[in-house]
Amino acid sequence: MIELGIPFSDPIADGPTIQKASMESLNSGTTPMKVLAMALSLRSAINIPIIIMTYYNPVFQIGAEKFFKLSRDSGVDGVIIPDLPLEEAQEVRKAAKQFDIDLIFLASVTTPMTRIKRIVEATSGFLYFVSIQGVTGARQDIGGTITELVRKTAEIMGETHLAVGFGISSPDQVRDVLRSGANGVIVGSSIIDRIGTGTDSSLEELTKFISDLKAATKPA
Amino acid sequence: MKEYTEPTAGKFGKYGGKFVPESLMAAVNELENEYAKASKDPAFSEELGRYLAQYGGRPTPLYFAKNLTEKWGGGRIYLKREDLLHGGAHKLNNTLGQALLSKRMGKRRVIAETGAGQHGVATAMACAVLDLDCEVYMGVEDMERQKLNVYRMKLLGAKVHSVNQGSRTLKDAINEALRDWVSNVEDTYYLIGSVVGPHPYPMMVRDFQSVIGEEIKSQSKGEIGELPDSVIACVGGGSNAIGAFHPLIQEDVKLIGVEAGGKGIESGQHAASLSAGKEGVLHGMMTYVLQDDNGQITATHSVSAGLDYPGVGPEHSFLKSEKRVEYVSVTDDEAVKAFVELSEEEGIMPALESAHAIAYASKVAKTVRGDKTIAIVLSGRGDKDVEVVAKLLGD
Repeated sequence: MIELGIPFSDPIADGPTIQKASMESLNSGTTPMKVLAMALSLRSAINIPIIIMTYYNPVFQIGAEKFFKLSRDSGVDGVIIPDLPLEEAQEVRKAAKQFDIDLIFLASVTTPMTRIKRIVEATSGFLYFVSIQGVTGARQDIGGTITELVRKTAEIMGETHLAVGFGISSPDQVRDVLRSGANGVIVGSSIIDRIGTGTDSSLEELTKFISDLKAATKPA
Repeated sequence: MKEYTEPTAGKFGKYGGKFVPESLMAAVNELENEYAKASKDPAFSEELGRYLAQYGGRPTPLYFAKNLTEKWGGGRIYLKREDLLHGGAHKLNNTLGQALLSKRMGKRRVIAETGAGQHGVATAMACAVLDLDCEVYMGVEDMERQKLNVYRMKLLGAKVHSVNQGSRTLKDAINEALRDWVSNVEDTYYLIGSVVGPHPYPMMVRDFQSVIGEEIKSQSKGEIGELPDSVIACVGGGSNAIGAFHPLIQEDVKLIGVEAGGKGIESGQHAASLSAGKEGVLHGMMTYVLQDDNGQITATHSVSAGLDYPGVGPEHSFLKSEKRVEYVSVTDDEAVKAFVELSEEEGIMPALESAHAIAYASKVAKTVRGDKTIAIVLSGRGDKDVEVVAKLLGD
């Protein structure tokens, strides 16, 4: 899948890479409507699921119902809103369901197991498991306890898929996470780092980086 | 208005809530539970009361400003002297309360954000006296205009982190503090400086600041013989205002909150979230927010760093919607003029934040009879602002 970000001025769950990218994107005039238009043009070119990632305020200003209708019309498959926990999501869940868009909830290493169970019941598409105690951004080491937590969570997932994100930047990390029972891996910051200036050489490097990560998801 | 004391499910009407990343939910819920326990524990209130009195210097006086009353020629003016609290502002009421809670919860590392630096200083003081580690996030622009407070925090043993992101003011300092908290949630207590952020902060900080309104209530009965006709306070995040207003909500007292009008509301360069903002979600709460049509938070401006914030406490949004409190704004120029006026007339330099309340009170005073009383919350002293004022007045 591809995660497409609608930038927000105050991304509290994000580290320096995505903060900088959000700021640059906003400064160059990106709006929610432009990102949805981009989703629509991508939709006609590719079959990979498209997930929108944004914060709650841009969604709230458009209005949940209108936002999900626009998302459906733009060929979007799912939406992730990191500052919208289960307790505050009632209206948004209703709108997502109405327009048949997956609303993907997050769980983290600090989430108690009883709460993870409730989130698993509420999420659609997959559960986004935050692998580190912290904000987004590439890490050398995502910690040994994470594989144990992923394993425990994977056991209660039932039919729902589990994807792990935050801090992942190497094929070894991808292999570790998948070996502990996750169905997918989400990589953001280290891809944005490589997009850099958007030159031909950075595109080449990016392509190789993604291919290497992808290769790590296949059995050796 | 209908009686209310506690928000329901973390909300004041539809405002407030817990709009935080899942990584913080466990910490926010833990804080809610621990605060609920502490607030019912007489030993906790006793200890806080002792620190407020013996360390902080409470109660602060309700002072009759005779010269100002005569000059304005209308209602009788009283000043609630929070500027005389240790540290020079009302902030210590809250930082002592939360630092004691942090200690009770076994969290030795305290982080805070600060705008004008007053909350940073008050946090550093509370941490020093209670032997906690203290780290303060502050925007680079605020560090520049409040140099004295940066140095005070360092002297008090705090580590000051400069924040270079976004508008490099209070909003961004809060973002960085939240990111720190997400990363170090197990051993770290986030000591928020105003009635903002996710539940339970707006309620908890209000409770700690309500000592201002409780004292106004008892002192005015003694000094004036009855409650004041109106109470006026400045509103940035809104903690001194809600602290003064909350105990008076059910009483027949006119309550007025004064926001930072900057260069005028029509100029777009201001920080008047309630007067000119729209409902939105920022820093974990649903409230009035200054933002553009796409929901991006906009840059704010105020001569006063402590009011320079694009959101406001959710309880204020609720009180606005209930029409219980009137929210107005005054400009930078009016605030600076009031700063000078209070200095000259009463020999009291107000913080530029508090000068906003003084400026609006001068308008109200002139329209009421001489038997009416107006209590103004003088939330802090103005020593920290002398350099800024001197520059503005061309001295």
